[in-house]
Amino acid sequence: MSTKTDDMVEKVRDSRVWRSVFRSGTGNSTLHRALAIQQNIFLHLFATKVRKRMVRFSATWYLGTLTLGTFLILVITGILLMLYYHPSVPQAYADMKDLQFVVSSGLFLRNLHRWSAQLMVFLVFAHMFKVFYRGAYRAPREFNWVVGIVLLIVTLLLSYTGYLLPWDQLAFWAITVGSNLSSAVPLVGNKIHFLLLGGNQVNANALLRFYVLHCVVLPLAAILFIAVHFWRIRKDGGLYVQQSEPKPPAPVDEPIAAAEVK
Amino acid sequence: MSDATLKVTQKLPTEFDRRAFFTKIGLGSLGIAAAGTIAFSYEYLSPNVLYEPSAIVNAGKPDNYALNSVTMDVNSGIYLVRADEGYFALNAVCTHLGCLTAWNQDLGIIACPCHGSKFKRTGEKIEGPAPKPLPWLKTWVSDEGDLMVDRSTDIPPLQYLRI
Repeated sequence: MSTKTDDMVEKVRDSRVWRSVFRSGTGNSTLHRALAIQQNIFLHLFATKVRKRMVRFSATWYLGTLTLGTFLILVITGILLMLYYHPSVPQAYADMKDLQFVVSSGLFLRNLHRWSAQLMVFLVFAHMFKVFYRGAYRAPREFNWVVGIVLLIVTLLLSYTGYLLPWDQLAFWAITVGSNLSSAVPLVGNKIHFLLLGGNQVNANALLRFYVLHCVVLPLAAILFIAVHFWRIRKDGGLYVQQSEPKPPAPVDEPIAAAEVK
Repeated sequence: MSDATLKVTQKLPTEFDRRAFFTKIGLGSLGIAAAGTIAFSYEYLSPNVLYEPSAIVNAGKPDNYALNSVTMDVNSGIYLVRADEGYFALNAVCTHLGCLTAWNQDLGIIACPCHGSKFKRTGEKIEGPAPKPLPWLKTWVSDEGDLMVDRSTDIPPLQYLRI
């Protein structure tokens, strides 16, 4: 039975159509496996070969991968929520309530989006702490730490812009307070506040601007920087493992007397 | 002999170089275009017309307000106070981070629900993170005898409107 299905899989994978998509073809040699990674636009961001101890749970606790997981959930549920949500003052709150009480599975999707968002912020920080306390931010991975900081800011901005969209009291006052923080920037603070809200107060323009930022601008920025972040892991020599650290130099006995003589 | 050929290829600082000239022209025009794009983007992103409520509020007849009363207009975010000295209007938006404060009749204070700032009836801060007192707003009586408030114009405190 298994040989029969194996044969069938092999036949499909050897067909002309399959080979036109996956050019590396079949074969269990290391070369074919390496080619399969290298010739795939998504997988080529990653290394073709990884040390086993790099992918052990203890090395990273898979926090980065889990963050990506929540991001993918957020993209999918977010697109689905967009089908029922109108970013306008008379409709936004009602649409949010419709999603909760009228739309089939709306409550599930909205809560999934909400909880994944909370979890993503938590995971981003957990990932950052893990990287920091393991010392994985050090050379040659300093730049990827900086990319990570950009991703942290994008995550927080996504969280912040999404906060306004339910258009309830909590959202309104949170964004009123949050946007007033930007007024504290010296010289250009009030201009930033005006541009962010598209006016002097949280209103129709602000709702639309936050919607566009939340659904288009910030996700695109996140995808771009996530790609750079993953690609840099490969370029910086793979995931950090303790054993790759250079050994500290052996302690040398200082001639104490010499200092005293002088 | 080699010295002579070197001299030929060497450039004088004042010598006209076509390639450098065109590079400068190209980079210069790109710079101008970039500056223009930034300027136009800024102009595009700042709305020229705002559909926000007018800054000038008609608060009705002065006699509607009882002596020593504080009346809040939630929609425009102002307090109208009729004190012994006369009328005045306060901006109800907290000077800390922009929340709408509320008048507490029992305690006789204005309190902010967001971060706990407290103010006297005259706008003076009692406690909390608010950096400034609640500003007094320009008030006047219209030709029709209505009390008018301009929310966009602050006046120095203790300038009561006597009618």
